[in-house]
Amino acid sequence: MAKKKQTETVVMTANGEQVIKKQNLALETWRRLAKNWSAMVGLAIVIVLVLCAVFADVLYDYDTQVIKQNISNRLQAPSGEHPMGTDEVGRDVLARIVHGSRISLEIGLAANVFSLTVGGILGAIAGFYGHRVDNIIMRIMDVFLAIPGTLLAICIMAALGSSIFNLIIALAVSGTPGYARIVRGAVLPVRDMEYVEAARAIGCTNKRIIFKHVIPNSLAPVIVQATMHTATTILTIAGLSFLGLGISPPTPEWGSMLSAGRAYIRGYAYLTTFPGLTIMITILAFNLLGDGLRDALDPRLR
Amino acid sequence: MWKYILKRIIALIPVIVGVTLIVYFIMSLAPGDPATTILGDQATPEAIAQLREEMGLNDPIIIQYARYMLHLARGDMGTSYKTKKPVSIEVFSRFPATAKLSVMAITFSTILAIPLGMLAAVKQNSFFDGASMIFALLGISMPIFWFGVLEQLLFSLKLGWLPSSGNDYWYSIILPAIALGFHNIASVARITRSSMLEVIRQDYIRTARSKGVPYGTVIRRHALRNALIPTVTVLGIQIGALLAGSTLTETVFAWPGMGRFMITSISGRDIPSVLGCIIIFTLCFSVVNLIVDLAYGFIDPRIKGQY
Amino acid sequence: MNEEIKNTKDLELDIKNLVVEYRTPGGVTQALNGLDLEIEKGKTLGLVGETGAGKTTTGLSILQLIPDPPGVIVDGSIKLAGEDVMLKSEKEMEKIRGQQVSMIFQDPMTSLNPVMPVEDQIAEVIEMHELGEDGKPISHSAAILKAKEMLELVGIPGDRGTEFPHQFSGGMKQRVVIAIALACNPKLLIADEPTTALDVTIQAQVLEMMKGLREKYGTSMLMITHDLGIVAEICDTVSVIYAGRVIEHGTLEDVFDFTRHPYTEGLFNSLPDLDHRENRLKPIKGLMPDPTNLPKGCAFCPRCDYAMEICKTEKPPRVYRNDEHYVECFLYNEQNIKEGGLLGR
Repeated sequence: MAKKKQTETVVMTANGEQVIKKQNLALETWRRLAKNWSAMVGLAIVIVLVLCAVFADVLYDYDTQVIKQNISNRLQAPSGEHPMGTDEVGRDVLARIVHGSRISLEIGLAANVFSLTVGGILGAIAGFYGHRVDNIIMRIMDVFLAIPGTLLAICIMAALGSSIFNLIIALAVSGTPGYARIVRGAVLPVRDMEYVEAARAIGCTNKRIIFKHVIPNSLAPVIVQATMHTATTILTIAGLSFLGLGISPPTPEWGSMLSAGRAYIRGYAYLTTFPGLTIMITILAFNLLGDGLRDALDPRLR
Repeated sequence: MWKYILKRIIALIPVIVGVTLIVYFIMSLAPGDPATTILGDQATPEAIAQLREEMGLNDPIIIQYARYMLHLARGDMGTSYKTKKPVSIEVFSRFPATAKLSVMAITFSTILAIPLGMLAAVKQNSFFDGASMIFALLGISMPIFWFGVLEQLLFSLKLGWLPSSGNDYWYSIILPAIALGFHNIASVARITRSSMLEVIRQDYIRTARSKGVPYGTVIRRHALRNALIPTVTVLGIQIGALLAGSTLTETVFAWPGMGRFMITSISGRDIPSVLGCIIIFTLCFSVVNLIVDLAYGFIDPRIKGQY
Repeated sequence: MNEEIKNTKDLELDIKNLVVEYRTPGGVTQALNGLDLEIEKGKTLGLVGETGAGKTTTGLSILQLIPDPPGVIVDGSIKLAGEDVMLKSEKEMEKIRGQQVSMIFQDPMTSLNPVMPVEDQIAEVIEMHELGEDGKPISHSAAILKAKEMLELVGIPGDRGTEFPHQFSGGMKQRVVIAIALACNPKLLIADEPTTALDVTIQAQVLEMMKGLREKYGTSMLMITHDLGIVAEICDTVSVIYAGRVIEHGTLEDVFDFTRHPYTEGLFNSLPDLDHRENRLKPIKGLMPDPTNLPKGCAFCPRCDYAMEICKTEKPPRVYRNDEHYVECFLYNEQNIKEGGLLGR
């Protein structure tokens, strides 16, 4: 990731002329990504999920279809009316899964934005100033990294009790050191690059160097980490909720739906199958997209 | 060699102090007063105040932490609110079950994953490569708890081959160990493949082949050991995920280990027990990381040289 | 006339019309385009050319170690002591590699396995090919013993054999690489820029050592280099390679004193002349042509000061100055090549 992105390629033609091709980096990345079949599948699924989350209320009304119990309609097998069946209190499983995407994506996004901001700033400071500052910040981050992420989240949820806000805090805290390390790793080599030295030599301020040089060059690894970490976060939300530490019923959440469905596993396996499949496909989509982005942003890796 | 090991152990001490301090501090944020919890709601304010003083709850958090660690060194982790028994007994009676499950999961999955990743790399772009990497992608995307539920559905309910929960027979461990190790197979196979792909393009592989060493031997003797260096890193991280994952697996399979005890203690608001479990988990992870660091030294002589 | 003479030569290596392509999604790279090379037993051939001319590909082709994919040998033959390696099975090639032919690679920093003691890396080639006194494959301890001898031979104390590559300097690593290449007394040694990665003083030492070893064992050598100084020092014959084809070949004297091809001339002009330091260097203009898109005619045409219309469209034929010396250039025909002087030499 340390290498400066090649925005100009010098191509020799047969008659010895130098032709300089300017390439738009974002466009070039997109072109490479578009060629990657599996990344496109991942992207398509992510887009569908985001649309589900945004238009959840249009598709299913929260109060009447998602959380309202309807005992007479309980444990209906999948049918035209209820494509994924109904749960033990008669709620439509598909409606809950659609609204569950909103919960997962919102919490995942909030936690990631927090982790990225705090971790990014810490990592950038550590990488940019180096030496002592770097040492202090990164040793603290190392200590956090020495606690398995999910365990740290469990610990925070155990202490604070389960609520959406606490869940965001728990995920955000456990995600921060990862971002700090990646941003620092991206900034540290950039700091010593000749073109940054050149910028400093012509009198650029630190702020200008950070925004004009350091951030654009740190972007690629951060984008990849953000995509991959979203997958981890959503998986952790589901896991914590499965354990009863995350989102609790009746709020629709995939992990807690799966957990509740376990009691009816004999005869009503669809109650666990659909939420499980949804989680798996979501994680798979983010992983495919992340893999694809990593390849597209760093052609040297192929 | 001993000097290297000793230096790694010394380097571990501040990390252990750090992680336990973080965990202790977070758990101290838990609402509710321990003295009130122990004495019950009917206790007089004076009795509660006296107990608080005795327990040192009025001291600064750092003093409380130091006291906790000193007690921990003697094997004392306080008393469970729920069972009124020492937490150390509760935790350590369950530790072997968790250790057995984790070791089993990590061993079988690593033994499977490394050859899988190696073969996929050597036969890059073949059908085998494609199939095993799709399998690996599914593996890292599969939530542990859902995989466990699926296993129960198939092997216990449908086929009736294996028990769906508990630890009553020697073969009870099979399903939970597979559930716990499945994710690890996927991650380790993926990283082994990609590092192997990088290694087999290295100049020294070409040198080895130019000596007339058969390709298979080159892979085993030269490529594997170099490719294992990133694999070991991932394995270290995986063990952390595995320890956390054991709480999920133990919950799904009602496995009588520390993870399940921790989850039931959380719902019972039994703070000393939760704290004890998390501290032991993080200590285990630190020790495992030490072992991983030492393994580096054995695999890569360049790392040992730095110490 | 020339064919007859060639048949009477005792050739260690005889490459004819070798064509190698690297086929990637980005296009087909023409690495070698009908390369011819000959090395007589006990002689050293210098293969000279710029980076990317196909020198390393030539070396790897002889060992059948072209990375495949993407490398494909499309056409031609490679004969080692009269036997075509392209017809050999992988098993037979394993016997040839390291035993009959061995190769010293360009970069000693990356050519050794970082996690294996150097004596094991030398012993490995010995164990692959040599028999012990009892006629069975040599024992590991005997191979290690021989490996230590090889280390001493290249000037490294034998007891340092248990150390790892990172504990050696660049020059010493290259000595280890040479020890590996020479461990089984190969008939042919391919040296791919063996001194490029080294300091100048170390270069001279390594070169001196290789010369000594060559004399001691009577090894034939293919010296791949871009350094004409090394060629003058060590080679008997010279082939100048450009864009995957030999464009001038002859004895050392032929090529150095009766230079014919404008490209060869350009290589000499790029060297500083210590006797006439007031002369400016005359580097060859431009760069190597894009190997995925070679010119239709002579590959050197776009950079050639003497280029004519015909050079753009036709491949130049081979013209012989004597039995050994030839060029591929439209400037020459049977008559004027003997007179020379076109380039003022």
